Amino acid sequence: MNWEIVMGLEVHLQLATQSKIFSGSSVQFGAAPNEQADAVDLGMPGMLPVLNEEAVRYAVKFGLGIGARIGDRSVFDRKNYFYPDLPKGYQVSQFFAPIVCEGMFEVPLEDGTLFPIRITRAHLEEDAGKSVHDLFQQETGIDLNRAGTPLLEIVTEPDFRSAEQAVAYLKALHSLVTYLGISDGNMSEGSMRCDINISLREKGSETLGTRTEIKNVNSFRFVERAIYSEYERQADILESGGTITQETRLYDAEQNVTRSMRSKEVANDYRYFPEPDLLPIVIDSDYIEAVRATLPELPGAKRTRFTSAYGLSEYDAALIVPNHAMADYFESVVQLCEAPKPAANWILGDLSGALNRNDVGVEESPITPERLAGLIVRIEDGTLSSKLAKQVFDAMWEGEGDTDEVIAARGLKQVSDSSELEAMVDEVIANSPDQVAQYLAADEAKRKKLSGFFVGQIMKASKGQANPQMLNALLLEKLQNQS
Amino acid sequence: MSVSPQDVEKVALLARLTISESDLPEVTERFARVLGLVDELNTIDTQDVVPMSNPHDMEQRLRPDAVTRSNEREALMASAPVQEQGYFLVPKVID
Repeated sequence: MNWEIVMGLEVHLQLATQSKIFSGSSVQFGAAPNEQADAVDLGMPGMLPVLNEEAVRYAVKFGLGIGARIGDRSVFDRKNYFYPDLPKGYQVSQFFAPIVCEGMFEVPLEDGTLFPIRITRAHLEEDAGKSVHDLFQQETGIDLNRAGTPLLEIVTEPDFRSAEQAVAYLKALHSLVTYLGISDGNMSEGSMRCDINISLREKGSETLGTRTEIKNVNSFRFVERAIYSEYERQADILESGGTITQETRLYDAEQNVTRSMRSKEVANDYRYFPEPDLLPIVIDSDYIEAVRATLPELPGAKRTRFTSAYGLSEYDAALIVPNHAMADYFESVVQLCEAPKPAANWILGDLSGALNRNDVGVEESPITPERLAGLIVRIEDGTLSSKLAKQVFDAMWEGEGDTDEVIAARGLKQVSDSSELEAMVDEVIANSPDQVAQYLAADEAKRKKLSGFFVGQIMKASKGQANPQMLNALLLEKLQNQS
Repeated sequence: MSVSPQDVEKVALLARLTISESDLPEVTERFARVLGLVDELNTIDTQDVVPMSNPHDMEQRLRPDAVTRSNEREALMASAPVQEQGYFLVPKVID
């Protein structure tokens, strides 16, 4: 049968605050267990939460970034369930009146088209702690450092029809939140976790099938694979006449399967009610406008500007813009060398290759924008051939100085002096009478191939530094004159 | 308002409360009375009334985003029944 996949995503985004949402504990990643959990985070009796103003500002920033309506009066609620890493027996979240209401997010797909996703809501909440199951024989260890970390949960409508769309959305969302500076978006450290609600229906059907929820998938690649594997599982069940059980599942990346989380089944009744320890968050238009004034140029606007102002292709712009640091790097280079297309080619080619191989971000690139611009200037003015430029690039990567320093130290200057080139061409022609005779006897098509011999000899004599365009023109002229 | 003993048992399970077989009829009866009161409240027209999320008619005050607490693990762990290597230990949780 022909199945259509229908998905909605919930992303838990860790906000880039210094302290927790309701306490003054640090949220820094990597501390020893329970060293960043105070009495509020532990849910000690009598402790009261005090809301972090930066968490509120970041949530509003996100809402404005997707053109959503901001709730003028949003309220915290208690989500009640029992789990050892949730010390209070409830999670403080927002259910009835979230801070960010409905919005629209335009996701760029690979072919350059925009794909609109409806955002249902985004709400503030606290993270739970971490349970450690493999460190102790008889017990589970609880680390509450993460408890109380501020999260923004971003919920979409069931608008996704393929794994590719889901991954494109997550990448665009990652780009947006790093542009806004509200999260580091670091998936491997859990700063961005994704729950996938997924159901199948017959193609053409309007009603939704029973869905399952895959929890806490933490990489783009795993999201894609989890979707494929859950699709297969549901399709198998439906095709053999079975029914899907609505449940929460976990993706096991090692086995590439999803598994039922039985413990969550009974607890799926959270009995939300307003959190009496917190008052409503009131947000007025002055506050909204003040936050709006701090918004940077966002990825969508930047893509448009990069194609119109710099003449970049949609494709190049779509590769450079999502990474904020790379977009800044590109603009710095272009400002210095005024050659956008070569700048984009170097950044997406050799530079990205070297950064990936060495696993460093563009902001830590050993080749600064100034140095890459200097290299491009020397290519544009004819000092370096593209072949020599690659040598200079590698030398700069190894820290051998800027372009002019590498050229001087290695004697790499391209030979564009016509008398010098002429002398080399004459010498090679004089030393190769047989090849010259062969060349002259050949027809036009064959001559082209035979001239390769001379080019090779001259390049060898010039240690690769002869200007290829000038060399070709000179050689052709000299060979013609032999007849 | 009709409440079955099964409703009460479900709510008790969610709240991790144990209600003995002998107490169940009385708890069910009291449950029904409270919900009866809620039903009565539901008959009032609240069309133009803004829901009250908190009895205090005030706005939430915010605190600056600053780390004001340092490592308090030793003191906070003093009252934990079982702990090891900096973790609170609980009976094995199986997922």
